[in-house]
Order: sequence, then C-alpha cells, then structure tokens
Amino acid sequence: MSEIIQSSKVSTITKTNDFVVKFANVNGSGSASANSMFAKAIFRMGIPVSPHNIFPSNIQGLPTWYEVRINEDGYLGRREGVDLMIAMNEQTIGKDIDSVLPGGYVLYDSSKVLANELLRDDVNYLPIPLKDICLREFEKPAQRQLFKNIVYVGALSAFLNIDFKVLTGMVSDQFKGKEKLIPPNVHALELGHHYATENFACPLALRLKSSNKNKNKILIDGNTAIGLGCVYGGATVASWYPLTPSTSVVDSFGKYCKRLRIDAGTGKRKYSIIQAEDELAAIGMAIGAGWNGARAFTATSGPGISLMQEFLGLAYFSEVPVVLFNIQRTGPSTGMPTRTQQGDLISCAYASHGDTKHVLLFPATPKECFEDAASAFDIADRLQSPVILMSDLELGMNEQSCEDLHWDDKRDYDRGKVLNAEQLEEIERYGRYLDSDGDGIPYRTYPGTHESKGSYFTRGSSHDAYAAYTEDGNVYAEVMDRLTLKMKTALNFIPEPVISSSDGNKLGLVYLGTTQSAIQEVLDGLAKKGVSIDTMRIRAFPFHDSVIDFINNHDLVYVIDQNRDAQLKSLLKIECNASEDKMHSILNYNGVLITAEQIETAVLDSMSEIENSEGVSA
Amino acid sequence: MSYIRKPKFSHPGLQTNDLGLTRRDYEGTLTTLCGGCGHDSISAAIIQAAAEMSLEPHRVAKISGIGCSSKIPSYFLSKAHGFNSVHGRMPSVATGANIANQDLHYIGISGDGDSASIGLGQFCHIVRRQVNMLYIVANNGTYGLTKGQMSATADMGSRTKSGEEAQFENIDMATLAIELGASFVARSFSGDKKQLVPLLQAGLSHKGFAFIDVVSPCVTFNNTDLSSHGYKNTWENYVALSDVDFVPMRDEITTNYEPGEEKDITLHDGSVIHLHKTDDSYDPTDKDQALGHISKYKKKGKIATGLLYINQSTSDLHETQYTIDRPLNSLGADELCPGNGALNGINDTFR
Repeated sequence: MSEIIQSSKVSTITKTNDFVVKFANVNGSGSASANSMFAKAIFRMGIPVSPHNIFPSNIQGLPTWYEVRINEDGYLGRREGVDLMIAMNEQTIGKDIDSVLPGGYVLYDSSKVLANELLRDDVNYLPIPLKDICLREFEKPAQRQLFKNIVYVGALSAFLNIDFKVLTGMVSDQFKGKEKLIPPNVHALELGHHYATENFACPLALRLKSSNKNKNKILIDGNTAIGLGCVYGGATVASWYPLTPSTSVVDSFGKYCKRLRIDAGTGKRKYSIIQAEDELAAIGMAIGAGWNGARAFTATSGPGISLMQEFLGLAYFSEVPVVLFNIQRTGPSTGMPTRTQQGDLISCAYASHGDTKHVLLFPATPKECFEDAASAFDIADRLQSPVILMSDLELGMNEQSCEDLHWDDKRDYDRGKVLNAEQLEEIERYGRYLDSDGDGIPYRTYPGTHESKGSYFTRGSSHDAYAAYTEDGNVYAEVMDRLTLKMKTALNFIPEPVISSSDGNKLGLVYLGTTQSAIQEVLDGLAKKGVSIDTMRIRAFPFHDSVIDFINNHDLVYVIDQNRDAQLKSLLKIECNASEDKMHSILNYNGVLITAEQIETAVLDSMSEIENSEGVSA
Repeated sequence: MSYIRKPKFSHPGLQTNDLGLTRRDYEGTLTTLCGGCGHDSISAAIIQAAAEMSLEPHRVAKISGIGCSSKIPSYFLSKAHGFNSVHGRMPSVATGANIANQDLHYIGISGDGDSASIGLGQFCHIVRRQVNMLYIVANNGTYGLTKGQMSATADMGSRTKSGEEAQFENIDMATLAIELGASFVARSFSGDKKQLVPLLQAGLSHKGFAFIDVVSPCVTFNNTDLSSHGYKNTWENYVALSDVDFVPMRDEITTNYEPGEEKDITLHDGSVIHLHKTDDSYDPTDKDQALGHISKYKKKGKIATGLLYINQSTSDLHETQYTIDRPLNSLGADELCPGNGALNGINDTFR
C-alpha cells in the first residue's frame, strides 16, 4: 500500500471549494475531454468553476495545460499558483512541480519512478501507476493511452470528494448513441477511484463540497455562444478561412444550423457556409452577400484582420453592412497563435487606409457573446457599416459559467433603412447616399427591387449623394462628414458602458472584455485594504459621452489593457481627449489572462507611489 | 465622365423587344474610356445581347474589380445594381451576392490585371465553386489605368508601347478556366460583335459558371504591331473554331446549316447554341480536345476563339450548398430564428 509521500516538514493546504487544479498533459493524448469532464462535474455540483486552456500551436506532442479554478465566492478569473498538479507530461514535469504552492499536491504516474531532483520536501505527492493499471485492464493500445486520463479523473473524484454519480452521469451523456463506450469509461473511472481510496486517506484536506451557485447557469465557451447568436440573429451566410482561435465560431454556427435551419418541406438549408480560399475572399463574400440583403459574417483573428483591411474600408465607404468576429490572439505577426491578447483594438477601430472608423463590441462573457453577436447584425444593418465583435482566445475557447441564454420571442430583426418597390414608387429621385433624415444614415435598396427605380452603383471611389463618381473635393468632404455624423448616430444603437460608482470615490478602473473576470476579486481585495474604487466596463466603440464623464469625475483612473501599447488608453485619448494625467495604465501581455492579483498589486503600488511623491512635494 | 448621363433622346423608330424595351433601356452612362477602346465594344455587345434576349435590366447585378475593365459596368444596364469593388476581388463579392439571391443574373467584369495577376487566386476559386454567373475578362494585355505596364496575359515576346518585352510565360485564362472546371468557356474579340453577342447570350443562359475571355485592345498603351493584344495581331491571328448563333427559347430555329458541319446545344432554359464548325475535329463538349485546340493554335501564334468548352452536367454553387429554392435574402426572423423554446433546450446541453 502506498502512502502520500511526504517529508515530516510538509504542511498541507486545507481548503474547500477554493483552489486551483492544473493538468499538465501532452497535446494529442486525449486529455482534453477527460479534463473538461472534471471541470463540468464540479459545475454540476453547483460550485463556481472556471477552466482555462493553455495550449500549443500544435497537433501532437507539445505540452498543453488545463487550469481549473474553483471558487465558492464566484471569482472566476485566473489565479497564479497551483494547489494540485496533475503532472502527466515528462517534458515539463520539473517546471510543473515547481509551480505548486507549498503544501500543495502532485499527482503523477508512478509506473515510472520519479527522479530524485523532482522531489520537493514541501509538497505532497500522490503516486498512481496509471500506465500499469491501463496495461493490465485494457486490451487496445489506443484505450491504454486514452483511459489513463479517465483513471486520473476517477482518482480525483476520491481525492477531492467529487460525487461519483455525477461523473458516471456525464459519461452516459457524453456517449449517448455510442452506448458501447459507456462501460469501459465507467470502469476506468472506478479503477482510479478505487486505487485512490485503497491507497490514500481520501478525501484530501483540499476538497470540494456541493453547493448551489450554478442555478440557471450554463458552462459554455464564447465561440459556441457567438455561433448560436448568429443563428438567432438571422445570419444566413458565413464565409470564412480557418484561423485559430476563431475557427470554432463557424463550427458552432454550422452545428446549430444543421439542427435549426433546415427547411421542413424540402430538407434544404436556410443558410450557406463557404470556406474561402483566404481571409480576403472570406470578407469579400460576406460583403457581397450583405450588399445583396443577406445577413452575412466572417470570423477571424489578428492575421485575418490585417488581410481584411482593404475590404473593411470599402464596406465603410460604400456603406455595406457586414459582421466580423475577431477572436483576438497574441500578435504581432504570427505571434503566439494559441495565447490570448486584446491587441487589435486600434487596428480594428480604424481598419483600412484613409479616414475610417468602425463599430466595435466588447463582450465579457459567453452570454454577452451570444447577445452581442445577434445584435451586431441589427447594428450593421441599421448603420450600413461593418460591426466588429472583439472577443479573444480566452473568452472564445474556454468554457465559462454564465447565466442561461435568453431570446425575447417578440423581438424582430432591425433591417435598417431599406426601401421596397412600393416605397420607391413614391420617390421622385432616389439618392443612395442622400441623408434625408439628418442622422447620417441614407436609404439603401437591394438589387432587383424595382424595374426602373432604386438602382445605383456601389463603389469604393468617391461618390456623391446619388452614388455617381465624383472628384469634387467639396462633395467628397460632405460624404466624409456625413459618415462622421453616422458614427455619432451609432451611439444610439450600441451598448453604453457599465458603470459602478459610489459617492466620494476618487479612483476608477476602466477596462473591457475578459478583464471583467478579475474585477470582483480586485474590488473585494482592495476593500479589505480599505480602498474603494469605481469601475467602468466599456462595451462598445465609439465611446459614449458617459465614458469621458467617468474619467473626468475621478482624480485618477486605472486603464487596464491586455496589450503592450495601452491601446484602450490611446483610444480614450484620441476619441475623448482624455487627459494623460488622469490615466494610469495597467498592462498585461504575457499571453494569458490578466489576474486579480496583478491588478490589485498595480493599483496599490501606484497609490503608494502617489502618496510618497505627495509626501516629498509637501 | 461617368457621372454624365446620356441624353434622353431616342429615335422613334427604335425596335422594342418582348418586354417593350428598346436598346436605350439597356444602356449605361457615357463612357470615360479612351476613344476606340475595346472595352466600349464589350459594353455595346452586352447591351445588344441583353436587349435581344429581353433580359429584365433590373434583374441583373453587375460586379467588377478595379481597373479600366472594371469601369465597364457603368456603361451598360443603368437600371441594374452595380458594384465596383476591390482590385482582384470581384469573384468573392460576386460569390457572396449570388449566394444571397440566386434569382438574379450576375455579370462579373474584370480585366487581365484584375483576374490574372492580383486576383488570380480568387479567379481560380470562383471557377471551382461554379457560381452561376457570366464572368467576362476584358483582356488587353496591359495595365491601362497606370499607363502601360506589363500584364501576365501578354504573350512572351510581345512588346508594350514603351518597348518593354514580355519575358515570362503568359497566363491563358481560358485554359485555366477549363482546367479548373468552368462549365462554359469561350474566347472572343471585342471587334467581332457577330461572334461576341451570341456568346454573351449563351453565357447568360448557361446554368453554372460561364467564362468569356475577350481580347479587347488598349488603343493608348498596347496597340502596337508588336503587341499580342493589339488590333493588328488579333485580326491577323484570330481563328474562330465555329460560327456561333444563339437562339433564345422563345424563337423558332430557322437557321439551316449544311449537315455534318453544325452542332446544336440546348441549354437548361431551353435556348439553343447553334454552332457552325470551321475546324472538323472541334467538339466543345470534350475537355481534352478543347485544351488541345487552344494549345495547338497557340503554338502557331494563333488565337482560338468561339465556344471552346461547355459542360451542362455540373452543379452550381447553390446546388452543392443545398440552399433552399427561395433567396436567402428574402427570409425573415419568423423563418430564421428558432425562438426561446429551442434556446432553453440548448441551455440544458451546457449544464
């Protein structure tokens, strides 16, 4: 009988529903589904949980990690430090063991003896002969490899006190339709559970306790939610080029279209998905379809954004609605393709040459991904302009817990200002770019609407109110000024910032997107130190007046950017003339999600700096 | 200039077509191309072709890229919507437009710079996808708008007006289109309306991707005796593999050719392409022969023209995409949105 290997000095971390479990695996070894089963089981126990994939740009062989934070208080951002490491990768095991907090645990495959240098005297080791167990129990080579992952999940259920019935229920759900696979998977879970209870004192001091925090909540990734949002928002055309981390947006759209968009009578599709030859063609097709009155989108990431610049300028200037999902990754160039960043704010806000500006939406949760994706089509149609939804790898490819998705059945699509044949009949002379309503938004027509009225020539070259080519500088300037007005009108259709403020607070946090996951933890942490701070989460670009008001109403705001160049801060300066003196940047650009600890430390450091300098000057 | 409308003056004796429209109803704005430009002849041929076929002008969408060629859509069918898009990217815009509404006729106009250089990739892929449209390359073998630079379609050894010699193998757009699976491939000459008009009509009637490479001389920058795409070379070396007549489905076939020299091809819409062969071995339904002919004539310094290849058994993009018969752009929320009930069920799969 093996025991927890520990020296006499070792302490043990004693925590319930508040710790980090990290799985260190080899890419392509089948660990992903086992690990996500682990996270989902905790979710089903009603405990707040947030998994984060940290994976390589690789099919097989390179290291990959899956980090699961469990937190009863609902802090679902990342936290540094590992309480329990599942060390399954020999390439990285040294560093992996190093990252475990003193008193933490290391589960490893003891089929092979652990090298002496990997033995720390301040952590607890949980040796399980995974390979030996699988060799003994399973015949097929593939099963012997895959079931190692299931066996350790079974062991974890004993170590951490996961309800075993939850796990077996999940196996049944997962293999619905392939029932033959259920018994061997359950067997593998039992093997792990049995080995752990036989050989160790279970559960550990680190353990789970069922809770009730996940009522009316789901565990879903942002890209899946965007795909669903496109189905609900009425998208019929998706043209795309595969690019990590955006690919699963179109996968999701296709999956739900197959289920929900098949014509009952004919079995034919009420949608079209075209895999383009490159990102230029992807956005070109979406613009062609949008011009012709279909709701169309493409999904991409930084390198694709670079390639789409020319077309985005065309759509802006010739006023064609199109929706673009940018699941940002770490740039520049190829950068770190499988790591996260908010690095495309400026390149998207002003995409393309000349004077341009585009509406950006910044969802922070999968639920907002769903809602913003659906709304993006209304906004694009209303404004007759591109709308870019700015997600990132962190939000797009990780399952996160959020409230149930909801659709108001009374809601209809806003197709914007489109004239039909009867309306054209009433008009003496149609002008495609005439601002008849004074809001900067002209009326458009779909090709083929009326036999003699409403046709026009769409062009990226300078045009007048009747869509005719012009090189008259004044006419050109009028069009450009109208487009400026249109972006002001846009403020009526895009979400306001989410502001939380208390009287007397002189400090503020300004942020967007996935940074949200850390904020409640930051606020609670600062409150414990007697610091009270207001917050403003920006949900869209261009900025509403409330954005600059918030900055002006505080002595200092911390602008949090997950990029090197403080791009959000730059946009605030360019767009609202926000004063540099009023803004202090907090930056994170290491490819992984910013943590509450980083933000809290940065705020406290800055405050003490200010105090010191004030002390000196006094 | 293209913003100058043509005067609304028309001859009272102008013939009307089945829709009661005259040729004037198919015209566009005044051309801004150079006097004598081959491209204006293409516009005129399109106007004639569409008028004769009684095409409803507003049921056509005209899409182009950038360049002299891409201005052509301004000069015909002003009652049709037009889209002058991005250099080399007309194919993607046309694909998207077509997938949104299959009920319109799509005419894509491009040039050799637009389709054989910057847009060669998009050209290849629109051919593969069999978008149901007529794709015309107004091929003048030079860059006109930027004043006479070398084009990828200029024959090796051909010289531009400035004397620069084409040093690289040229790209034969018709050969490329056939190789990549285009289901209708023709070549013609802007100066030969008699051949071009029926080919345009056949291309518009063909279901699937119809491609016509039209040699269209640039009078200003590429019309020297040493240019492969000038009037002189084209007139001298132009070989029609057949004479082409197009008989719309409404007309009774009255033309009569000598037996053994003719071939009738009935298109999906019931119209007929009537071919009077000049080359005995010519069979436009045989892909290998089509490619062989182009190559055989090219080796002799000749340009094979006419209907080079046709295949009516391919599926167009809507068929391969299996989209519903009504245009996607006509569907509203009632048909597209699954509603909150379905969403509740989806929520349950994420618990």
